[in-house]
Amino acid sequence: MQMNINLRAWTVPAALLAFWWTLTAAGWVDTRLIVPPGNVLRVAGTTLIDPVFWQAVLFSAARDVSGFASGALGGIALGVLLGTSRWAERLIGPTFHALRQISLFAWLPLLSTWLGYGEGAKLVFIALSTLYPVTLGAFEGVRAVTRHHAEVARVYCFTRQQILFRLILPAAAPQIATGLTLGLVSAWVATIGSEFLLANWGNGLGNIIIKGRAAFNVELIIVGMLAIGIVGSLLNHVAARIERRALHWQPRH
Amino acid sequence: MAHAGTLEIKNLSKHYRVKGRPLAVLDDVSLAIRPGEFVSIVGASGCGKSTLLRLLIGLEGDYQGEILLDGQRVAGTSLDRGIVFQEHRLFPWLTVEQNVAVGVLNAPGGQAEKRTSVQEHIELVGLKGFETAYPHQLSGGMSQRVAIARALVSRPEVLLLDEPFGALDALTRSHLQQELERIWRAEGITAILVTHDVEEAVALGDRVVIMQPRPGRIKRIVDVPLPRPRERGSLAFTAIKDDVLGEFAPAPRSALKSPSIERRPPALDWQFSY
Repeated sequence: MQMNINLRAWTVPAALLAFWWTLTAAGWVDTRLIVPPGNVLRVAGTTLIDPVFWQAVLFSAARDVSGFASGALGGIALGVLLGTSRWAERLIGPTFHALRQISLFAWLPLLSTWLGYGEGAKLVFIALSTLYPVTLGAFEGVRAVTRHHAEVARVYCFTRQQILFRLILPAAAPQIATGLTLGLVSAWVATIGSEFLLANWGNGLGNIIIKGRAAFNVELIIVGMLAIGIVGSLLNHVAARIERRALHWQPRH
Repeated sequence: MAHAGTLEIKNLSKHYRVKGRPLAVLDDVSLAIRPGEFVSIVGASGCGKSTLLRLLIGLEGDYQGEILLDGQRVAGTSLDRGIVFQEHRLFPWLTVEQNVAVGVLNAPGGQAEKRTSVQEHIELVGLKGFETAYPHQLSGGMSQRVAIARALVSRPEVLLLDEPFGALDALTRSHLQQELERIWRAEGITAILVTHDVEEAVALGDRVVIMQPRPGRIKRIVDVPLPRPRERGSLAFTAIKDDVLGEFAPAPRSALKSPSIERRPPALDWQFSY
């Protein structure tokens, strides 16, 4: 059964690959634009033994993780604040929701004007992209804490700190986890995006693609795209495993 | 062993404000409960029995009159009063053991002492072996046992029970009623049980307090001078149960007892016969 599902999942990529190979092998398309799969494989081979590529992977991943971590911490703090204090929600909530309407990439010109093209601007951008979904998740989670459980905390004379760490955060954990998962996806998009748009400085998977385009090296562009996809899925996979472990107390559906 | 508390309720009244107008929920309730006594409170919904319990635990405040535990005025929640709600209210992210330990989180005493108390109370409610289970893996009856252990683990002076078995099936309920009686005796604690199940009230209470609604007040207090464990089939038990049930009869009892019941015309009396 498991085998069948796996095979079925590979049907579409295999068909696309066969279609791509047929197009280029038969010479129906301009092979400078739509390059043959074999060439991509060859360029992938040379790229994978190039230390610069691995440096790019490392830099992109590090940027992603550090931007994500600061955005996630900020998002949880902000979400908990908005969820627990009606006063804060009235004061900050409307501004937060209004700022959310500004497309993320519209921040880049302003950020690069202020912070230049270095790591600073990229990290702030990635953190900002993580902040929104995590804040919303944490906010929803805190709102979902039941009055019944809050009364239990009162009966057992919980301190403010205990209310935060033993009631609110664990109760909100499922929604926070959803927010973090969305935030991780958004952070990876922002990482690559910032490397594209602030490409003058530094190394990263985004820079590799930009380099490929500058050199009209379509094979390198495709290799970069595949690498971005693979690293992104790996990050999500790790996150999903951590989430499953953290929420093991939930009934499986 | 816990010290059993003496609870005194003197001229207790409570109002809610509904659309700016005061609505009386409890009106001049007075009740003295002896240390180690088991008092059942029965009444129809809306008679303020749950509000009374919430005032005793300290989840509601702002009342007139006095609630005294061992002579001290009750203000807010405290670990000297434990409560079991109708819903088990366990934290789903904690195991059985961790949920029970919530009860001693802010209790005085060392970690080792608390661990021993948690273990003892898990055994007391008959859940040895389930320490590492999560609430979603437990049945309703087992969850309620955990809730009882959590309420007792800090060794409070008074145990308050707010329709604790109301959501359970009949078999589990009667079994847990016997268990509660055993636990109450083992702990030597003062217990107050709010219920709408008259049989439960009579089976467990030394006294049954009957409340009536609008505004909530005490209608009558019935003594249950029967030896424990009580035989529910016995004549004496049934007599007390009927006496309490009589207080809830819609018509005055004299009217019900009158022998001359008017017969309706036969056509209206028709029903299926099997």
